[in-house]
Amino acid sequence: MITLSINGESHAIDVDPSTPLLWVIRDYVGLTGTKFGCGVAQCGACTVHLNGKPIRSCVVPAVAAAGKQIITIEGVNGGKQGLHPVQQAWIDEQVPQCGYCQSGQVMAAAALLDKIPSPTDHDIDLAMSGIVCRCGTYPRIRKGIKRAAAVINALEPLETSNE
Amino acid sequence: MNKWTRRAFITTGVAAGGVVVFGVAIRRGDRSGKVRELVAGDGDELFDVWLKIGPDNTITAIIPHADMGQGVHTSLAMMLADELDADWSQVRFEEAPAHKEFANYALAREYSMPGADFPAWLIDSVDGLFFRATQRMGLQITGGSTSVRTTGQIAMRVTGAATRTVLLQAAADEWQVPVSELSTQGGMIYHEASDRKASYAHFAPAAADLSMPDKPILKASDDFAIMGTSLARFDVPQKVNGSAKFGIDAKLPGMKYATVMAAPVFGGNVVSVDESSIQDMPGIRKVVNLDTAVAVVADGYWQARQALLSLAVEFSDGGNSGADQEQIFRRFGDDLDAAASAGDERKDRKSGNALAALDAADRIVEAEYRVPYLAHAAMEPMNCTAWIHDDQCELWLGTQNPLGFAQQVAKAIGMSQSQVILHNQYLGGGFGRRAFDDFAVQSARIAAEVPYPVKLVWSREEDMRHDHYRQASISRFKGGLDGSGNAVAWHNHYVNKHDPIEAPHIPYGIAAQRIVFTDSETHVPWGFWRSVDHSLHAFFTESFIDELAIAAGRDPYQYRRELLADSPRFRAVLDLAAERAGWGDELPDNVGRGIALHKSFGTIVAQVADVEITNGKPKARRIVCAVDPGYAIHPDNLAAQMESGIAYGLTAALYGDISISGGAVEQSNFHDYRMLRMNEAPAVETYIINGGGPLGGGGEPGTPPIAPAFTNAIFDATGIRIRELPVSQHELRLKDVEDVA
Repeated sequence: MITLSINGESHAIDVDPSTPLLWVIRDYVGLTGTKFGCGVAQCGACTVHLNGKPIRSCVVPAVAAAGKQIITIEGVNGGKQGLHPVQQAWIDEQVPQCGYCQSGQVMAAAALLDKIPSPTDHDIDLAMSGIVCRCGTYPRIRKGIKRAAAVINALEPLETSNE
Repeated sequence: MNKWTRRAFITTGVAAGGVVVFGVAIRRGDRSGKVRELVAGDGDELFDVWLKIGPDNTITAIIPHADMGQGVHTSLAMMLADELDADWSQVRFEEAPAHKEFANYALAREYSMPGADFPAWLIDSVDGLFFRATQRMGLQITGGSTSVRTTGQIAMRVTGAATRTVLLQAAADEWQVPVSELSTQGGMIYHEASDRKASYAHFAPAAADLSMPDKPILKASDDFAIMGTSLARFDVPQKVNGSAKFGIDAKLPGMKYATVMAAPVFGGNVVSVDESSIQDMPGIRKVVNLDTAVAVVADGYWQARQALLSLAVEFSDGGNSGADQEQIFRRFGDDLDAAASAGDERKDRKSGNALAALDAADRIVEAEYRVPYLAHAAMEPMNCTAWIHDDQCELWLGTQNPLGFAQQVAKAIGMSQSQVILHNQYLGGGFGRRAFDDFAVQSARIAAEVPYPVKLVWSREEDMRHDHYRQASISRFKGGLDGSGNAVAWHNHYVNKHDPIEAPHIPYGIAAQRIVFTDSETHVPWGFWRSVDHSLHAFFTESFIDELAIAAGRDPYQYRRELLADSPRFRAVLDLAAERAGWGDELPDNVGRGIALHKSFGTIVAQVADVEITNGKPKARRIVCAVDPGYAIHPDNLAAQMESGIAYGLTAALYGDISISGGAVEQSNFHDYRMLRMNEAPAVETYIINGGGPLGGGGEPGTPPIAPAFTNAIFDATGIRIRELPVSQHELRLKDVEDVA
């Protein structure tokens, strides 16, 4: 038995603790937005946030995530109504094609913007090159990140003043 | 030849909730010729397309194609909605179920590839092109870049226009006014003279009793209100929040998980399985011998995968373990040699007397090119969930060929096709791979052994090693130049033709051409791979025309341009790409520029690549893409498909290499079958020409020109002619560095 906090909810799961987090999230918790692509941390489709950092859940044993905050695509908007600015930017730029990798792309982009609110192209390359998109949506992902950054940077002073 | 006349009629029914359903049934008027035997005994076909009008005036297009990223649900619904004059905010779509009422699959099995059926709607077309396409595609097949240009043109627009016609007639009848005084807009019918208006939904029940016109008048492109605009795609919101359901996301009560390992050498079988080797592992439910593969069923995928890796299993090699990549290429070369010396090459295209023209030429340029096998590597590994219960087999998966899959699954488990119910989900990439039913058949056979639903998921390694591969090939050229460097002869001999048949043909006005091929098939399974034969021939022909230009001492763009004097559409596309790229401008020393032009699936594409060479590594910085699809139904979506096709083709050009050793594929995952990544992705600019004429496809034509545009740019920068892909195996040095040395 292992206890995981996923999107703010606690889940007690009867599973071998060495099982990769990806399969616990998908097969046992039943959240299927996080995708299986390669199983060896080569494609990033399985990217989730572990204590705010993007990780490849296909190679992280579930036990290593116990006691930490796991956020998946289903919770990236912070459990609020509406979309994370990255998700909205993805719609505005019509980024996805087949869409299979996009959960990983959105999670990686959200983590990047948390860390670097105004990323350069080089920052984007560093943060995003671990997530493969076979449909080649990279140019739109790049535009989407810049659009989301602009939105976040415009919002932040407001949020601060409301506190 | 192979012309069909169309007689359409409406079939209607009032479904639950007062939804009125319209459809156009297409019937062959001509039963002569080659196709006669195919339709003998069959009556009118049921059809492919339906349109529903709900009591709230909701318009639902029912679409017989899968979405694998190409946005087809949106584009096709737009075509229907525009002809109908619908209010786009009221338009929805549903994907057609894989059901016999959406196809007449009794038709023409002998003309189909295994697992595919004859697409009734494709037959009814304006020329024989679609007839040829039918020989390899089943109804509801999503492939060949056909959705918009056939389903959209033939079915969606006709259904929309014909339905609008009967709605107008119903309004005229009710209001007792001539149809000519009525107008339609936004899902409403207006009679201005009496200031009356009412919704389509109001007239739908009465319209349903009227007969649909045989040939409704379609809009001219100037009158399009929805087509030609870039509306937001239906599928995007679900794809940014994780809610889009792909095959791999199926969830059923009591479901277990399976994974498989096939005999590594193609043609091999399972010889023995020792189940005791995994008996102590947790969660294991069953081991299933599938003859060519072995499956483990467990409570979770991870348990199944771990057990499979520990399972003691022995495979045979089908006598193919001697095959390796160099031997395969050697055989291709030997077979080309033998055919050339015996003069028994198979004819592909001939004009003039190329052999005589070569003899008379001032200069002959010769080159041999080769390309390796390629895997599809869709991001979503092959998977299928199967549940056999109550005398039926239900399947959840993503497929490009639902009816063909259902047929093959039924055969494999001894059911009739009507007992197989297929729930098509979003495809996490198709690219041709999901037209092959091997994984679906496996899942059904596993499900036949257990009382619960089973989700079969292939590992990435299985997906890489048991694909259906784009063929490896060798292509040899001889080009003849006259004293001024003009091309006067084109001779091309290559191995392994698949299709489309026109893939090796060139648009250039070279009078004497001889294009021939020789079969030299191997034991490696073949598959449709995005743009199929175009993916190799565009590289071959557009590299060699570049070689002729260089040999003639001419600019590669101008050289092509001069050969297109009689092909104004090709020339316009080439010119646009060159102009927008700034062809002829000064470039930095470490940047080369290359151009390529190729038509596939009815769409002409030219690309100009700017490639930077840094420390011997090429990076495509900018791709300018000009495209003429006849008319762009959804311009942003077409641009997205160009971006996608370029990334797919560039990935292959740079890295794509599936090699055979001991009869099996050597590569296994993305570390040794590399993908283009964000830091390597070029900026792509797409410029569209609505050149008129028949609509071309969108999903594939962006792929063929990128490899030669890229390698021609490498030549420009380095003086190194890439005649063998992938590029990553070549050492590159800048021209200037070489000159200095």
